[in-house]
Amino acid sequence: MKRPVEGTAHPRSGARRVWAARELGVLLALALLVAVTAADNSRFLSAQSIRDVLLSASILMVLAVGQTVVVVTRNIDLSVGSVLGLTAFATGKLFVAAPGTPILLAVLAGVGLGALCGLLNGALVAAARVPALVITLGTLYVLRGIDHSWASGEQINAADMPRSFLDLGTATLLGVPVLALLAAAVLVVVAVWLSSYRSGRELYAIGSEPAAARLAGIAVGRRVFTAFLVSGALAGLAGVLHAARYGTVDATVGTGLELQVVAAVVVGGVAIFGGSGTAWGAALGALLLATIGSSLAVLRVDPFWQQAVVGALILAAIGLDRLLAARMAARAVRSQGRAREGTSHGA
Amino acid sequence: MAHDTLYAQPQEPQGPAPGRGGGRLAAVLRRWDTTVVLGLIAVVVGAALLVDGFATGRNAEFLLLDAVAIGLVALPMTLIVVTGEIDLSVASTLGLCSAVMGQLWLSGWPLELIVPAAVALGAVLGAVNGLFVTGFGLPSLAVTIGTLAAYRGLAFVVLGDQAVADFPGEWTDAAVGTVPGGALPWAMVGTALLAVVFGILLHATPPGRELYAIGSNAEAARFSGIAVARRKFWLFVASGAVSGLAGVYWTLRYASARADNGEGLELAVVAAVLLGGVSIFGGRGTLAGVCAGVLLLGTLRNALQLADVPSDTLDIVTGSLLIASVVVPNAVVLLRARLGRPRSGSAPPPRPGNAP
Repeated sequence: MKRPVEGTAHPRSGARRVWAARELGVLLALALLVAVTAADNSRFLSAQSIRDVLLSASILMVLAVGQTVVVVTRNIDLSVGSVLGLTAFATGKLFVAAPGTPILLAVLAGVGLGALCGLLNGALVAAARVPALVITLGTLYVLRGIDHSWASGEQINAADMPRSFLDLGTATLLGVPVLALLAAAVLVVVAVWLSSYRSGRELYAIGSEPAAARLAGIAVGRRVFTAFLVSGALAGLAGVLHAARYGTVDATVGTGLELQVVAAVVVGGVAIFGGSGTAWGAALGALLLATIGSSLAVLRVDPFWQQAVVGALILAAIGLDRLLAARMAARAVRSQGRAREGTSHGA
Repeated sequence: MAHDTLYAQPQEPQGPAPGRGGGRLAAVLRRWDTTVVLGLIAVVVGAALLVDGFATGRNAEFLLLDAVAIGLVALPMTLIVVTGEIDLSVASTLGLCSAVMGQLWLSGWPLELIVPAAVALGAVLGAVNGLFVTGFGLPSLAVTIGTLAAYRGLAFVVLGDQAVADFPGEWTDAAVGTVPGGALPWAMVGTALLAVVFGILLHATPPGRELYAIGSNAEAARFSGIAVARRKFWLFVASGAVSGLAGVYWTLRYASARADNGEGLELAVVAAVLLGGVSIFGGRGTLAGVCAGVLLLGTLRNALQLADVPSDTLDIVTGSLLIASVVVPNAVVLLRARLGRPRSGSAPPPRPGNAP
């Protein structure tokens, strides 16, 4: 079942080194940030502080992992913020309507609703064959509009939701927040699928060169459809987690989140034009963005700087990616002794 | 995005018109931008007949004032998308220019100097985008998501969360002033003039036509001697400068310089441009279609608001229109193919949705 797709056009070692370098870069940046912050204030490394960072990172992480699945196929899902908002509100509504709903059922309902939204995106992109940027920008508006007209100004508060559900947002298992454990579980499953299963590897082939993937017999439409389904379902899960974590839900939840998610994915070394990058990298990217938020506060940097720093980080990440791609191309040329133009990596 | 155009099937140079034959008029009628113009007329006529208070001078004035900022930014955006690139940082550029405008006003600069300074700042911010995209060869989608965050962040660094609102009345009045005896704001006259300039540039000059060549196939354009990088660079500069101008307008219209001015506007602008029939893959689209798209969205929004449709639910309309604008032309092509009406030299079937 295992069928690596990369590495056929490039020396395996070179390619692998670059993949590693991508994630390593993010990890180094993260380590540096934590070190500098901890040097300034050692309490930054206290268990409580780490828990806080993990909590604020885990929802973004789930979204970033879902987005990775779509982005490696050279598509994009801009509707995740709206899907999250819609499912968060639906979860609240569910508990208002049926206070006794088991938590597992609520989670499944949220994931199902998210998957439904993903199905809509996937069907439009894969079946109607139109660009994902346009479709998901459209569903971003449509789903947000549905959210607004459903809520019509209503706000659901923590008091409307069962205690056991809200505990999910703050509970810890062996000192680790349950939310972070859930995010980690999602990460591992998706990362292993992407790297070691045929259907996952085929997503990279599609992102590298859709026409070639089709000629190679890959069911491009179905795979892309699946990618959107996964992204939608994970955004739905993130919506449920959001409701549990914050307890207050209205129709504006998750507005503008899509750009943060794309930022996390890009910072994590997933090429925006598909074909390369890992879920590990995207999750690290999400963790880095969340850590920046907390450490700037600890370092007593004006919080207004945070967004500017994130922007600079994105530019640095794609610049680094470009540099690595250029190096890899040069190595490929050297080792194969002939010019090879238009490598599809790191575009 | 340039990377992606490598796979773009060159189609008919303009408009998603799938058909051929039937004469020039039929060809024009089949084009998507014609559909948008007809839709705009239908919405205006329908709203005038059905919605109370729509067909008044005062309402027209507000409608047009609201359309100015999106209309301005959509002009250079059209040219950028035609080359197969995108600029998502426009709203943040608008916000940063607005914040700087407020800060300069606080430090005692006269507005006569502030306004050109804000536009120049916009041009510099656009040049930064252009440098990253053309100089370093990075994808514009990723670059401008980065500068979207960076510029908005800098706007907050410059002005914090305060609002500067004590601009002189003659300037703020001028921003919303109308042509004597009419409901036509001067700002819209200026936007229309700029639209004519951009329209002539895009459709009637060799450098403008070259943008279509770049969008259809950047590689081929380069080999035929077109300075691809330089064209794109200056488009990003233009986009920045116009966004700066929109920032000036926004600040004066609402008499308030704030760091969060125009937040989220980039998606509205992209929606209007795509609705106007510009292909996200580049190489296709007209400026007239985009202008109609901007006005169509603005008119719909205004008419539905007057008809007491909650403003939030208008998003459903915006989004559905956007989806319809890409799905319908494709569905027509697919349907024709299915019905088995082979046409010589027909447009190739639409490509799979394989690009952001």
